[in-house]
Amino acid sequence: MSYSADVVIIGAGISGCSIAYNLAIKGIRNVIVIDRSYIASGATGRCGAGVRMQWGTKMNCLLAKESIEFYEKANEILEYDRDVTFYQGGYLLLATTEKEISQFKENVKLQNSLGIPSKMVSLKEAKDIVPHLNTDILLGAAFCQKDGFLDPFLTTDAYYKAAKRLGVKFLTYTEVKDIIVNNNKIERVVTDKGDIWTDKVVNAAGGYSKNICDMVGIDIPVYSDRHQILVTEPIEHVQGPMVMSFSMNLYCQQNPKGPFIMGRGDDNEPRDLRITSSWKFLEDMAKTIKNVLPPVANLRVVRQWAGLYNMTPDKQPIYGKVDEVDGLYLAIGYSGHGFMFGPLTGIIIAEMISDAKPTVDVSLLGLNRFKEGNLILEPSVV
Amino acid sequence: MKDNDVMVCRCSDVSLKELRELIKEGYHTFEEIKRITRIGMGSCQGKTCGNIVLRELSMATGKNINELNMQSNRPPVVGVKLSLIAEEADRDEL
Repeated sequence: MSYSADVVIIGAGISGCSIAYNLAIKGIRNVIVIDRSYIASGATGRCGAGVRMQWGTKMNCLLAKESIEFYEKANEILEYDRDVTFYQGGYLLLATTEKEISQFKENVKLQNSLGIPSKMVSLKEAKDIVPHLNTDILLGAAFCQKDGFLDPFLTTDAYYKAAKRLGVKFLTYTEVKDIIVNNNKIERVVTDKGDIWTDKVVNAAGGYSKNICDMVGIDIPVYSDRHQILVTEPIEHVQGPMVMSFSMNLYCQQNPKGPFIMGRGDDNEPRDLRITSSWKFLEDMAKTIKNVLPPVANLRVVRQWAGLYNMTPDKQPIYGKVDEVDGLYLAIGYSGHGFMFGPLTGIIIAEMISDAKPTVDVSLLGLNRFKEGNLILEPSVV
Repeated sequence: MKDNDVMVCRCSDVSLKELRELIKEGYHTFEEIKRITRIGMGSCQGKTCGNIVLRELSMATGKNINELNMQSNRPPVVGVKLSLIAEEADRDEL
């Protein structure tokens, strides 16, 4: 089969589906979204389901704030027949060192200046928010009530259905094999189901973003590595916020439907595309949770899985065009928080493609920042 | 018994009616259905509902049940208390 499209989006995760929807509402509807598997089968569907405004760089704060404000109204705006299950129970960030306390204070100051209602809380206040928290091992915490839980599958499904209603075509179980470039311009995308003729391609391939850029000969400074998560049996709702610690390498929240989800990274992970589960993760996670949220350790773990973080050197995404190939747009390198930025990713990339005035100026997040050495490092990633 | 009285998934309260509507909408793999409804994500991990879902998919798509995939098998095989795993891990380090 042979197709043609105004825009081809590679990747049907939150970013790809959100970009497709935003193009469609701007009237650009001859759009094809390709995924090698099903909707949200990659990093989106494997993520920890948390969204937060509490970041350490201005760009990440702005992207997250705007996105969460969209998520608050997502069911209505996307006219979704189910419920994206947005529960704003907050994020409680734990500090175990003086250095973390001063970092959090700095972050809160930045966040407040951007209109994010975060605050430092005492150990007593932290205990009031999460009664089963072991505060003996802590020095303090930061809290933002607007942060919370959001269902990644249903949210992506909401974007997918809305885009489909507006005429966007989705080719799932279709693998991109090559991208043909002619005179520095995109000519077509080669897939295992046939060629798609187009002059615009959006790389929203998450963990596989580098593989896509390799097809057009662009070397991007990103790598993917495995991050693991586990989920417990469900119980009645007892924990409002996501509990998170950078120094103890942990995030843990209760899905409003009952189960606890918890995950961590590992600095010793090889940089590859494996998404298998490891015994070591299970042990490390069990020991950490027993220390931080002791009663939660009495729950049975029913399943563990893994997904890919697509990491950039400054842990902020890469948005926009590239100098070398005309018609290629990047929406990659979220470093573990692409799901949270989904709404803004869609708006920004659709505005770039249609040459509209940007809602948020993301010129600082272009690929060229790495050539120019213009990096502002995000300090707050698990 | 009506379709909406028949529970396919006891862990996540999914009825046969809901399952059949979803298949009609075009969700044609276990993994896709699981992500929308949470079928197979509860305490039984698909041991109860899995074959019912595959049978429904087989009837709707005309594919032989052997050609359809169950969800990914993930560890652990049965639920284990986190505190027990932590204790064992600590003991190994002694």
